[in-house]
Amino acid sequence: MSVLVYVEQVDGKFKKSVFEAVSYAKAIADKQGSNLTAVSIGNVDESELKALGKYGASKVLNVSNDQLKNFVNQAYASIIAEAAKKESADIIVLSNSFSGKGLAPRIAVKLKAGLVDGAVELPQLDGGKFLVKKTAFSGKAFAITELTSAVKIIALNPNAFGVKESAVEAAVEAFSPEIKATDLSAIVKEIVRATNKVSLPDAEIVVSGGRGLKGPENWGMIEELAGLLGAATACSKPVSDADWRPHSEHVGQTGIAISPNLYIAIGISGAIQHLAGVSSSKVIVVINKDPEAPFFKVADYGIVGDAFEVVPKLIEALKAHKS
Amino acid sequence: MKILVCISNVPDTTTKITFTNDNTQFNTSGVQFIVNPYDEIALSRAIELCEGGKGTVTVVNVGESQTDPTIRKALAIGADDAVRINAAPRDAYFTAYQIAEYAKTTEFDMILCGRESIDYNGSQVAAMIGEFLDIPSISIIKKLDYDGTTATLEREIEGGKEVISVTGKFIASCSEGTAEPKIPNMRGIMSARTKPLVVIEAKDIEQVAKVQQFETPPPRGTVKLVPAEETAKLIDLLHQEAKVI
Repeated sequence: MSVLVYVEQVDGKFKKSVFEAVSYAKAIADKQGSNLTAVSIGNVDESELKALGKYGASKVLNVSNDQLKNFVNQAYASIIAEAAKKESADIIVLSNSFSGKGLAPRIAVKLKAGLVDGAVELPQLDGGKFLVKKTAFSGKAFAITELTSAVKIIALNPNAFGVKESAVEAAVEAFSPEIKATDLSAIVKEIVRATNKVSLPDAEIVVSGGRGLKGPENWGMIEELAGLLGAATACSKPVSDADWRPHSEHVGQTGIAISPNLYIAIGISGAIQHLAGVSSSKVIVVINKDPEAPFFKVADYGIVGDAFEVVPKLIEALKAHKS
Repeated sequence: MKILVCISNVPDTTTKITFTNDNTQFNTSGVQFIVNPYDEIALSRAIELCEGGKGTVTVVNVGESQTDPTIRKALAIGADDAVRINAAPRDAYFTAYQIAEYAKTTEFDMILCGRESIDYNGSQVAAMIGEFLDIPSISIIKKLDYDGTTATLEREIEGGKEVISVTGKFIASCSEGTAEPKIPNMRGIMSARTKPLVVIEAKDIEQVAKVQQFETPPPRGTVKLVPAEETAKLIDLLHQEAKVI
């Protein structure tokens, strides 16, 4: 019995969502009275791997192999399944990231494991049952899901579980399971990543614009505000449908669901489909000139006013606050 | 070329979500069911790839007879035929297994589906089918081109995209951008009635996940309004009261 956590690296570094997953996995291991092992795939410096001890991993399996530099879910899934067998892990934790979503289901089939993706809380062990709370109906509800398989996999939503330090000494161990050629048949041709922008799914603060901004040329102030807050930018469906902003920024029921600490909605009325994707944000601020906008009903703070007047004032006030 | 498209029967996006039987069941009363919007994107791309006699599109659904109207909607959009695997979907593992077992019995070049269903929001089925069939699975794509043997796909990653090339059979789950959803025309709706819809029986497999209870999010308190002329006060509130900046 042990817990295994997959630590996803990006360019040899770990992001906050990984530390959240390690902290979460450590909390499960403590509940279970077992050990936590992390598995890392790709080229990561030993010092980075050792640092995972800070969040509770007592062992780190390091799979370093040039063939695996880029994410190929088939090969990665095989490795993680092998690591789980090696460590006799009965619980596997990973981040519910884009890669995690492509990875966890494959591991589940390999190990005949039940999978909860989008977990938002620690599992409850209720009378021998293993129950995990996850988001459902695109944020309109939660589903308490029971996993009945021997091996269980949990994909944790970003920003759902805080990073916790628990200083343990991490032993780094090289791990090199065999990789089937067919596991590498999908070839990564190109990776394009904007390095100067905060990624939306992981962002702690999100500034989002809607149709009230009237056109793509008016996004300068949204980006300036986001820049000052260290926030990611997002938009409503009509905005991405009109190609004012890329689809990858569309949050809502048919876009992506997010749960930042702070969501600032500017010129978005708050249709039920949009609210679904953002309702698990911890604090919601709405700026809209229509006092009847449905978004105000679910907001924590609001300003009834014209975005073109309010947002520049907000930027000024924020600059003053920072200095 | 033959493309299989997996479709899921989900409540309309405007549905107010409520539960019955002590919050253990989704309340379907008065709910309109639709083709899962992401599956509709997958279906639309499949139809585009097969246009001009280049291939056929078969939609596959795991569901009981009440999902037939949703399947007919997919046929109206332009699928050539449909297969319904007759069972109430129990969990993603069950659904993926049924579709994979069916795929083993038929020819296909690729399988497409949506990135997730908008009800249980699992993005599990596509990659699980890939694993059951031991073929590549590419999750959450926003672009797909196919030259008859090799597919070039763009996958979403945090803060960017990744371009992937696959030769041979594969499965991909589609998100926005892959295609514009097609709207059925009158001819499509008329012909959908007579297109083949074959019903096959499900195979048994152990259940690994089960929803025990639903919860609705706790209601939020009332909004604290800041007058527009005192905008700076909002920053103070977010800093001192909400402690988020």
